Amino acid sequence: MAEAVARDVRVSPIGRRKTARALVRRKSLVAFAMALPLIAVIAGLVVYPAAYAIHLAMLNKSMQHFVGLGNYQFLFRRFIEVSNLSWATFWSWSFEVKLSTFAMVVEQSVLFAVSAVIFKAVIGFVLAHFVHNIPQKGQRKWRGMLLVPWVIPPAMSTLAWLWLFDPSYSAFNWIFTRIGLPAVPWLGNPYWARFGVILDNVWVGAPFFMIMYLAALKSVPEQLHEAAAIDGATWLQKIWYINLPMMRNIIAITALFSLIVTFANFDIVKILTNGGPIDQTQVFATWAFMKGIQGNDIPLGASVSLFMFPILAVAAILILRNVRKRTNEI
Amino acid sequence: MTVATAQLEGEARRPPRYGSMARGRRRALFWSYFFLALFVIFFLMPPVYMFITSLKSSGEISAATNPWWVFHPTLSNYTNLLTQKQFLIFYRNSAIVSVLVVSVTMVISVLAAFSLARMKFWGSATLATGVFLTYLVPDTLLFIPLFKIFAFIHDKTGIELINHWWVLIVLYPTLTVPFCTWIMIGYFASIPKELDEAALIDGAGYMQMLLRVFIPVALPGIIAATIFAFTVSWANFLYPLAFTTSADQLVLPVGIVTTLIKGDVYNWGQIMTGALLGAAPPLVIYAFLMDYYIAGLTAGATKG
Repeated sequence: MAEAVARDVRVSPIGRRKTARALVRRKSLVAFAMALPLIAVIAGLVVYPAAYAIHLAMLNKSMQHFVGLGNYQFLFRRFIEVSNLSWATFWSWSFEVKLSTFAMVVEQSVLFAVSAVIFKAVIGFVLAHFVHNIPQKGQRKWRGMLLVPWVIPPAMSTLAWLWLFDPSYSAFNWIFTRIGLPAVPWLGNPYWARFGVILDNVWVGAPFFMIMYLAALKSVPEQLHEAAAIDGATWLQKIWYINLPMMRNIIAITALFSLIVTFANFDIVKILTNGGPIDQTQVFATWAFMKGIQGNDIPLGASVSLFMFPILAVAAILILRNVRKRTNEI
Repeated sequence: MTVATAQLEGEARRPPRYGSMARGRRRALFWSYFFLALFVIFFLMPPVYMFITSLKSSGEISAATNPWWVFHPTLSNYTNLLTQKQFLIFYRNSAIVSVLVVSVTMVISVLAAFSLARMKFWGSATLATGVFLTYLVPDTLLFIPLFKIFAFIHDKTGIELINHWWVLIVLYPTLTVPFCTWIMIGYFASIPKELDEAALIDGAGYMQMLLRVFIPVALPGIIAATIFAFTVSWANFLYPLAFTTSADQLVLPVGIVTTLIKGDVYNWGQIMTGALLGAAPPLVIYAFLMDYYIAGLTAGATKG
């Protein structure tokens, strides 16, 4: 009897451990099976095409043979040409600089993304404070109205901007001529066209920043503001010394995320200007589309679109670090 | 006596100070409302202008009267578009694609998020990070290699994938699945462990645990992810523009842009009507489910 009990005691832990291990193995097998569709989508539709793009970028136009970095040599040929440069012209700033089309694409992509993100972030930050400032009861209504540009599909709202910028029936110019200002050649002039695409992008994206910053603002403890008020801080000091440091992470994540999306923007430029006038508003995505799909030079299109990769990688690393920091704090 | 006057003075001094604080607060409130109103005008101007133009006949538009007002409102643009077979085909294509993409996305991402958030397997933490990274890969980077891959599949197997609306059901998950999985991981991870332990003790399997415990508890997150997937698949412009060309295979955004704009003749009344009808489904969803919509937007960064 006693022996039997002893054997039971000796045997049972081993048996239990065995079944536990089998259970764990079964569990991770089931878990893997559940994640399998996700792995298939990510591997087949994102990772493989992204790697394939690198391969494509190293082929010639007919995709018959390997040219290494030949496409990039082609893109960087006569990138910037400075002519008529001498001491005299240097000081009087009258030498000539000629950019290749690709150099203009790089310039416009950077200008477009950086300035649009800065404006979106500033407008979003200010708006979040205004919404936070008014009584709780009315906040929902204002927030609801302010988010509308983000909800409308960008392709549809850009059509409205195209109509607002129409050369002969522009509704803005109608107002301008009424109040005695000259009519503006919205999309006909390169500088105004650049302004137009940035304005449209800021209009679409600023509400997103507002919502994110408002969520961050709500999580700033009210006691900090009370303590600051007792110490006699002004509203500017409260924003600078309390809100900004407390919101730093969300500010960074939102801005980096938006930088990626704005760098990769396609809809707005494609519909509003289609890259014109004379390729002055062309960005990476629209130029890659023009070369790769419409121009039938897939390797060149892939090489151009891969230029979005470095900025993407840097931003992704920074975002990931921020997200990790946040989770550690919590 | 002196004490009394001092007290009186003190009392007399306090109300004005309180009053000035209230005045300062009132002024801050006034300027807040003022600038909010200014930005609401700026933000709502394009959609309102779309609506104004959609009520105009082409005669009134070309007469160049006040563009901000309708003098002879007409619904002819709406009746014209809604009786056009082509436009209804765009609407149908968009609706089928969006609904199917949403269903596929939600099944894939809820299953995967449950396994990544709760069950864990070898490499699951890396995979969760990978999901977030793939969310950052834009469609503008993927469309050229995907185009080539589809052409290659056609050469090898004879299955034509380009220029069919249903190919979008394969393409859109590249945009929706990573983000939906990411926010569902966040929602599932916030569910207390005690709940699944209780379910385990009651003898539930993993599937039962997911269906009876996790999905009901994380329903707000599921609604938010569904709304996100729907808006993304309704609004995408690049994939249909690159992969579909025949008029009967187009979805709404590309259909409106490519078929209503014919050469140099722009029928702006009809374009604006089409754009407004194309923007209507996301706007209606937003109007009714605003809180879920916003929860989905902010979940990406605040959770995780």
